[in-house]
Amino acid sequence: MKYYRSHVLVCVDPECLQKGAHELVDALQDELVATGLIDEVQVLETSRIGGCSLGPEMMVYPEGVHYVGVTPDDVPYLVEEHFLKGRVVNKFQMPTTKIVDEELGAPTQKEVRIVLRNCGKIDPENIEDYIAEDGYQALAKVLTEMTPEEVIDTVLKSGLRGRGGAGFPTGKKWQFTRQAPGEIKYVVCNADEGDPGAFMNRRVLEGDPHSVIEGMIIAAYAIGAHQGYIYCRAEYPVAVSTLNIAIQQARNLGLLGKDILGSGFDFDLEVRMGAGAFVCGEETALIASIEGRRGEPRPRPPFPAVQGLWNKPTNVNNVETYANIPQIILKGPEWYASYGTEKSKGTKTFALAGDLNHTGLIEVPLGISLREIIYDVGGGIKDGKAFKAVQIGGPMGGCVPAEYLDLPLDYESLAQAGTIMGSGGMIVLDEDTCMVDVARYFMDFTQDESCGKCTPCRVGTRRILEILTRICDGKGQDGDIELLENLCQEIRTNSLCGLGQGAPNPVVSTLRYFRDEYEAHIYEKRCPAKVCRALIRYEILPDACTGCTVCARNCPVNAISGERRQTHVIDPDTCIRCGICMQVCNFNAVVIE
Amino acid sequence: MLNTKPSIPANDPLANPEQKKLIDEILEKNKNLPGATMVVLNELQSRIGFISEAMQQYVADKLHVPVSSVHGVVSFYSFFTTTPRGKHTIKFCMGTACYVGGMPQLIDKAKSLLGVEPGQTTPDGEITLEVCRCVGACSQAPVVVVDDKIVGRLRPNKFPQVLRTIQDNKQ
Repeated sequence: MKYYRSHVLVCVDPECLQKGAHELVDALQDELVATGLIDEVQVLETSRIGGCSLGPEMMVYPEGVHYVGVTPDDVPYLVEEHFLKGRVVNKFQMPTTKIVDEELGAPTQKEVRIVLRNCGKIDPENIEDYIAEDGYQALAKVLTEMTPEEVIDTVLKSGLRGRGGAGFPTGKKWQFTRQAPGEIKYVVCNADEGDPGAFMNRRVLEGDPHSVIEGMIIAAYAIGAHQGYIYCRAEYPVAVSTLNIAIQQARNLGLLGKDILGSGFDFDLEVRMGAGAFVCGEETALIASIEGRRGEPRPRPPFPAVQGLWNKPTNVNNVETYANIPQIILKGPEWYASYGTEKSKGTKTFALAGDLNHTGLIEVPLGISLREIIYDVGGGIKDGKAFKAVQIGGPMGGCVPAEYLDLPLDYESLAQAGTIMGSGGMIVLDEDTCMVDVARYFMDFTQDESCGKCTPCRVGTRRILEILTRICDGKGQDGDIELLENLCQEIRTNSLCGLGQGAPNPVVSTLRYFRDEYEAHIYEKRCPAKVCRALIRYEILPDACTGCTVCARNCPVNAISGERRQTHVIDPDTCIRCGICMQVCNFNAVVIE
Repeated sequence: MLNTKPSIPANDPLANPEQKKLIDEILEKNKNLPGATMVVLNELQSRIGFISEAMQQYVADKLHVPVSSVHGVVSFYSFFTTTPRGKHTIKFCMGTACYVGGMPQLIDKAKSLLGVEPGQTTPDGEITLEVCRCVGACSQAPVVVVDDKIVGRLRPNKFPQVLRTIQDNKQ
């Protein structure tokens, strides 16, 4: 292995790419060649480091300096200062207060990184980087020192629960699969991360694929499987190619394939791609999809642990679950269980999104309060607005209002508050959000993604969507709320799979906490948050309007009239309430009445 | 016996020797994989761009599965399309953050500029509009994906610029 005195890791996640990460890499390479430092400094591409909003960003090791906002023009100066003279360039350093999720550069105090420990730190396309961070040591320990029963026992003791959302104890699942009769067994990794706003699994797969692969090999050893599949959604082409590279590298080193590390244990892995069906995140649908069929769920039991892929016992876990395993084996179950609450151990990754100052990926110990996440880690609500609700758990989750901000984050308390842990999407909504519209948005999603196999979900979600659309259009009727409640109850009890059973959650939770908004829509024909188009009217304030014509030029339906330098007027009959005028106005002259 | 197999239209990829060769290669490479249907269709979709009716029939024959189950798979997953798409695709992310961040207004703007709805292709065959699920770039909402490139924080008044970039690349 060639020795470099310094490594530069440039983040190439979508946001940084857009801001010119590739151009930055090229400029760095050119400058290093020009200054003759190319043999001393290595430039690598990595996944998110944590400051993408200020990107493009890069980390310089061994110093651990985090630079952001470096343009190709700045590169000659930066290279001269940092790599020739050895001085840190302060003006490009990440401002510590802005850091959301970087372990090395002053992370927020509340975070603990287990799953994300290597993300942004290692080159995901180089297995040696992973091995240097104690990678595959857990596998070696398992294969040489532990029996499958001991492995399962360790996982049981750690208290790790399925990170895909439902929170079933992972050790128990492994035990069931091990005990299920049959010679051929499979392990499957669910990387079909379909919840809108959730990208934790993508980051792990793109930033630290070997941790998932190692976790899967250990699982395979524990349950007695020799073939595994990673089912990755087609929306993540980078993750798929990173995984394929990682698998090939592991094979080359004898960590996958026949007789792994000389232990006599055989296991191989294959990546299978989804094709854009949300329901395939449900384990029985996922199995059907790997088998090459329509991704429709089937009733459970029999559970996949007994009858899964090609009717053989199959262990299905989420990306994050597998990524935890190597650390649990290496550092011991007691260490892992020291994080979290009595029933929910360890850490959980969340994708913070929405109206927050600092959005991004975080990993926190379970039991942390929502307030700590939103205000301490996420930096509070954007533009000084008020917090309204946080939507947790994706389309099957619910909205949690301000009175639950001190709720400890674990599987049980979230269920109590009417939502689920889910895979880890967390969308923070400010006061300008209409909760009926949010419920309608999620119902539009589930209705579209319902696979159509069972009637309660197929027809029920559509009926709910129709009612919600009606309410948002100002045509809500007396009795709609009761009808919604009734429908939600029926769909929840009678649907076949988790998608249908969870589909009413956004409606149920918003009805529970924001019933007054529904009532305002239905009985007063008023949208309190001023979002629903049919219930609002745009107007131009004569005092603020300068007659710049920008609104009139941008109006898609020509509803705005007025001479240059004269006050403009919106014709309410032509206006489609698209809000473009409000967005383009430079003088805040457009208001909603 | 009645021949129920549809004849292959002249403009079908199967009628084009080069594309036929590619299709055969994909089938040959994957036909022995367990659960080959999805793998083959995924590869056909990304290499050929769509999966025509004749191609579905062909795949079914080669993999020895009923054409109904191939069609079932094609029609189930949103990534598979049965008609050719435009040279460029603009995908509007409908993730929560983008939706709340003003995606409906952006789509309105695109519709009025191009005269087609999401899911349709402009008459000149240049641009296909699509609505897609979250692309995982929520911090830059609202986001559109132009071919493979992510354009973030896009306001409706900046949309014409996006179209111009596509046209510039063409020249």
